[in-house]
Amino acid sequence: MTLVTARKRSAKPSPRAGGPGRPVDHGAWFLVLPALIPILVLSVGPLLYGIVLAFTDAQSGRTEPTQWIGTLNFQDLLHDTLFWESFRIGLVWAVGVTVPQFVLALGLALLLNEELRLRWLARALAIIPWAMPEVVVGIMWRLVYNPDAGILNETIRDLGLGDGRDWLSNLATALPAVIVVGIWAGMPQTTVALLAGLQNTPRELHEAAAMDGAGAWRRFRTVTWPALKPVALAITALNFIWNFNSFALVYVLTQGGPGGRTRLPMLFAYEEAFRYGQFGYAAAMGCVMVAVISVILAVHLVGRLRGGEDA
Amino acid sequence: MRTSRRARAGQYAALLAYLVFLAFPFLWLVSTAFKPARELATLHPTWLPRDPTLDNFRQAFDEQPLLRAASNSLVAALGAAVIAVLIATPMAYVMARHRTRLAKAATGWVVVSQAFPFVLVIIPLFLVLKNLHLINSVAGLVMVYVVWALPFALWMLVGYVRAVPAEMEEAAAVDGAGKLRTLVSITAPLLAPGIVATALFAFITAWNEFFFALVLLKTPEKQTLPVVLTHFLGAEGVADLGPLAAAAFLATIPSLVVFALIQKRITGGMLAGAVKS
Repeated sequence: MTLVTARKRSAKPSPRAGGPGRPVDHGAWFLVLPALIPILVLSVGPLLYGIVLAFTDAQSGRTEPTQWIGTLNFQDLLHDTLFWESFRIGLVWAVGVTVPQFVLALGLALLLNEELRLRWLARALAIIPWAMPEVVVGIMWRLVYNPDAGILNETIRDLGLGDGRDWLSNLATALPAVIVVGIWAGMPQTTVALLAGLQNTPRELHEAAAMDGAGAWRRFRTVTWPALKPVALAITALNFIWNFNSFALVYVLTQGGPGGRTRLPMLFAYEEAFRYGQFGYAAAMGCVMVAVISVILAVHLVGRLRGGEDA
Repeated sequence: MRTSRRARAGQYAALLAYLVFLAFPFLWLVSTAFKPARELATLHPTWLPRDPTLDNFRQAFDEQPLLRAASNSLVAALGAAVIAVLIATPMAYVMARHRTRLAKAATGWVVVSQAFPFVLVIIPLFLVLKNLHLINSVAGLVMVYVVWALPFALWMLVGYVRAVPAEMEEAAAVDGAGKLRTLVSITAPLLAPGIVATALFAFITAWNEFFFALVLLKTPEKQTLPVVLTHFLGAEGVADLGPLAAAAFLATIPSLVVFALIQKRITGGMLAGAVKS
């Protein structure tokens, strides 16, 4: 039946398929449902269910029924200094990874956009971190940071800069060491996105500016950056979210240690939910993370878009 | 473009620095994987193993059920890739060709789904799958991976569909072909390379995934490679470095091979997406 009606409608040659505001016909529904049902059942549904859970005392493996407890979880959370410490670490990590990652990726993208030899090699290598399982990235850097058999300390010893240290167990160096890994792991996506944006900037404008005697920096500021800005904003916003919600890398590198110095909010919530079985409380943490991140991003994006007008 | 010699030299120096930064951890992993135990115990490690050996690989297979884990990973990744593409292609088609409220909502979901921390999704998913008796089963994991791969799959596929001229479909419609027939006999063949690239990308994402697998798979014989790899890390971080590196290296090979196959298309797809925005 559905196919018959679809045929009738699409048989009309006059309205262009894909015209704006054209109602979805039955044939279209038929095409959408196979993906829509899993999305509703396994993504949208769980998300709403998760928000509901945040207002209950749900725990794992309990026999008594779950009860509504209103905003009790959130009140507890407000006074949970460990959580807010973890949240602070999460922000330091997310900013500490996203910003240098963007700067480094921009540099690499600008280089790859030039007619340099070895460019193919750089492009191929730049992709490696993207293809690797995060767990392997973590393992790999543990080998690099290993106090005795690691290449980092060996290089430090070779250069006569001392004996090196146990980077991942040292209270002062654990977070910076982990941040370096985060930067490394996320370089490819950022570079590729920026490179795409760069190849989109008008070449003639660039050449005209060069003719007028504009130096490299001026050309970058007046020609490249304005064209690149939308891509740059989008990728930094996405990176920030991804980094803030990151889990596997730090789980493998430090498990949140030493002394909680690298315990990102996701690790904290994971332990709360699956080690201590506090489902409701962990769901509340998830809600708070979404809320705070949304606010930060909104401020960032609005600020940047406004700032763009005067620049 | 005129670039001065000094600037060129600087560019090459910078490029070299990037190459070193990007490549050295991976080279170190490979080198460690082939080093005998006694070289790993010395305080002055070398870049190249003095006495290359395959012992670490043998030991890795002895210590952990790597083959079992690899076959679990393969089933999960293949299942996720095939199902994701099968259900995403028709939806992407509708999203690309009809600018309706539904298509807008779907696009909105693709964006918003990126922002939610997994922890908010995994607890309810865990409860739902538990009720369906799909905890600790690769089938349950496949279902999660399908939905998890959908946003990026849709995003890529919408781009590929837009690249197919709508006129060809209109011609088919004039000839009386229905929506499904048009999609199967006209659009799908033209989309095939894009569909394959999307499937392979979904494969890599699932092959590499850790968090959901960690939460959902409880017993060692069900676990996927990334989870089993973490078993090499001792409780107190004292790890047997050789087998750890060997197993990690092996687990990476499939992803690297598949990624090499689709690298051009992924970067091309991102280009298309960026051009649109």
